[in-house]
Amino acid sequence: MTDEEKKQQEETGEPPSSDGKSDDKQTSDSKTGTKKKARARKKKKAKKKKPDPRSKLFQLDRQPFILAPSPHQYTEDSVPKIMWSVVGAVAPAAIMAVYYFGMPAVWMILACIGAALGTEALINRIKGEGYTIGDGSAAITGLLLALTLPPSFPVSGGIIGSVFAIAIGKQIFGGLGANIFNPALLGRAFLQASFPVAMTTWTAPNTAKFAGIDAVSAATPLGQFKFENIMTQYGDLLTGNIGGSLGETSAIAILIGGIYLLVKKYADWRIPVSFLGSVFILGGIFWLINPAQFPDPIFHLLSGGLMFGAFFMATDMVTSPITPKGAWIFGAGAGLILIIIRLYGGLPEGVMYSILLMNSVTPLINRYTRPEIFGEVRA
Amino acid sequence: MKFPTFSKGIHPSDHKEFTNTKSIEFMPLPNEVFIPVQQHIGAPDEPIVDRKDEVKTGQVIGRSDKYVSSPVHSPVTGKVKKINNFLHPMGSKVKMIQIQRTGEDDWELLKHPEDWESASIDDLRQLVWDAGIVGLGGAAFPTHVKLAPPEEKPIDSFILNGCECEPYLTSDHRAMVEMTDKILTGMSIIMKVLGVENGYIGIEDNKPDAVEAMNERVQNLNLDFKVMALETKYPQGAEKMLIMSVLDRKVPTGGLPMDVGTVVNNVGTAMAVAEAVTEGKPLVQRVVTITGDGISEPKNVLARIGTPLQSLVDFAGGLSEETAQVFMGGPMMGMALHDLSVPVIKASSGIICSTESRVKKMQSYPCIQCGACVDACPMNLVSTRLAKFSENKQIDAMEDYGIDSCVECGSCAFVCPSYIPLVQWIRVGKYRVNESRNKQAA
Repeated sequence: MTDEEKKQQEETGEPPSSDGKSDDKQTSDSKTGTKKKARARKKKKAKKKKPDPRSKLFQLDRQPFILAPSPHQYTEDSVPKIMWSVVGAVAPAAIMAVYYFGMPAVWMILACIGAALGTEALINRIKGEGYTIGDGSAAITGLLLALTLPPSFPVSGGIIGSVFAIAIGKQIFGGLGANIFNPALLGRAFLQASFPVAMTTWTAPNTAKFAGIDAVSAATPLGQFKFENIMTQYGDLLTGNIGGSLGETSAIAILIGGIYLLVKKYADWRIPVSFLGSVFILGGIFWLINPAQFPDPIFHLLSGGLMFGAFFMATDMVTSPITPKGAWIFGAGAGLILIIIRLYGGLPEGVMYSILLMNSVTPLINRYTRPEIFGEVRA
Repeated sequence: MKFPTFSKGIHPSDHKEFTNTKSIEFMPLPNEVFIPVQQHIGAPDEPIVDRKDEVKTGQVIGRSDKYVSSPVHSPVTGKVKKINNFLHPMGSKVKMIQIQRTGEDDWELLKHPEDWESASIDDLRQLVWDAGIVGLGGAAFPTHVKLAPPEEKPIDSFILNGCECEPYLTSDHRAMVEMTDKILTGMSIIMKVLGVENGYIGIEDNKPDAVEAMNERVQNLNLDFKVMALETKYPQGAEKMLIMSVLDRKVPTGGLPMDVGTVVNNVGTAMAVAEAVTEGKPLVQRVVTITGDGISEPKNVLARIGTPLQSLVDFAGGLSEETAQVFMGGPMMGMALHDLSVPVIKASSGIICSTESRVKKMQSYPCIQCGACVDACPMNLVSTRLAKFSENKQIDAMEDYGIDSCVECGSCAFVCPSYIPLVQWIRVGKYRVNESRNKQAA
């Protein structure tokens, strides 16, 4: 509402609703023809502080009805609700991170969320378009980033990553909804490039850490397999009693949160299904070809950041396709890239790059997977 | 049990509990009525009465010679007070005939056959035209035009639309339960005029009593109609969706139901046809649902066309002080009103008074590409892109993305978690596309 309108409202008791506007149309538009003139006249009137003749219209014995174009009924969902639900869905994984890795995990999570919110607020301030930290999207970026970092990673590094994720990953594109890449993954990619050693130093989960025992360094199951050819037990993979990033180790905790998201329809079920499915099938084909050289498909599914990536990263609404067919392609493509990186790449893990690469082709996928319009005759 | 349906669509909370068990009440005759001269899609009517003329109930007071038009009749017996521009539910002022009632009904009935089954098809069709019957579902397209499909498009099926998929509304529902025979008669007449054998009645499964009533009467009367319970899903009652659900036929883009050999009519329309043909009564009244949490006694009312909403609202016990929004039609496609002096028109299926308005609370967020609108659009459009193109005036892109296919059901705007006015932008986009087409044609 402009100041003039406010003044006018005080004078006439006219509400700032669309009600006023439409009456405006009826009374003045028909006479002057253009809205511009009507607006100019309105301004004039406000300056002269004469009572508005239209005020008679609002001398009602009831409050004026609000006018709006249909529909008049809306969903109960909202962007903040979705975002905070995602935060809730990631919570089990975060709790497992704290359980296995202790206080460093708490500090890392808090620092990353804090840095993400702080950066968002700072950029909001610079842009002067209102604060958007309440919508939850910055918090989720910070949380996700924290959970993808190794337990021994310095907290200061996490803060740098969060600042990068929000500033370069999201806000530079125009904020929520406009970014091409998943901000949390971009932040992680930045850290991976900047601190390659720290980003690949893993510690064993140590439930006794609360008792004050120092962390023991350990390789991830994928690293063990790739470089030492040691298989890890499925049971450990499921519960998360393995080396790895903070939040990615416990497959069960991730599944709980992920299934919650799918049930609430806050994530497109097609993406995790096609992502995990393509990894399973492709991994299975390689395993059948040579079981001695390649790990079995279940190991693929449970190890590394695949579960975490498939449920929480790839399903990021902003950077995944909006069309159903596109979601299938997106997930399957990410699975293909992941298998190639895991089996033939220099790195043991490829979830981050597989999703980031598919993010980059999402606009293209959207363009070429438009649903067939109802009743359209194919040429 | 799985009911037949179309793909996609939405499930808004239906709020039908206010009125779905309330019998239709007769509204006392209003003292004053306002009849918009044009209440249909097509050529405008001209008033054929003058100030101070005496009119009878059912007398023609406005008509046009054009084929795609429909006459209007006086809903009361009285005197023409004024012919002037009055506020219309659509928001603008249009020409209306104001009639002051002077007494009880003195009907001027249409000449109708004693036995419609032996009447000629042309006579029946003419009768439907003379009775001023238009589609009562909301579009108000003249029914006699629908009943005269061109010869090159053979019709093999007729669907009676009893879906009433809009939340709140129960007028068709109650009519189906209470006036079953009349509706079935109307349907039989329409099918005779169309010369079709296959009759279907599509009803959403949230109205089991209507389905049951229809089934029972269809069996008792030995009619060969198929009553189909359809999944409760918005917009089940949209013509194209209904044909898809019932017959599994897709109306081609830019086409009409007759292109797939189908005619669809609303329950209310069938009832009006029955009244015109068997009783000679033109369309001067309809069932209107007055509902919402802003009204004291929500009810279904048989009201005369032209009754000012204020009288209807008073009849239903008046508005609560917190009423924030009043709309005519359903909440998904209806019109918001700011004044209760507007009359009931042929297309008014309900008056909804709501104490809550989302307008004040709505804060738009940027599109987060969630794809909810894509999953909701019954026409398979990418609504978020169309809205963006409309905002940016990208005419070609809008045409490429099939803006003409949009039925404006509002499902996309309903589901959008960012509260982006998607369907509203698409409406603007349609206007912009037409504007540019007209420019090119000129």
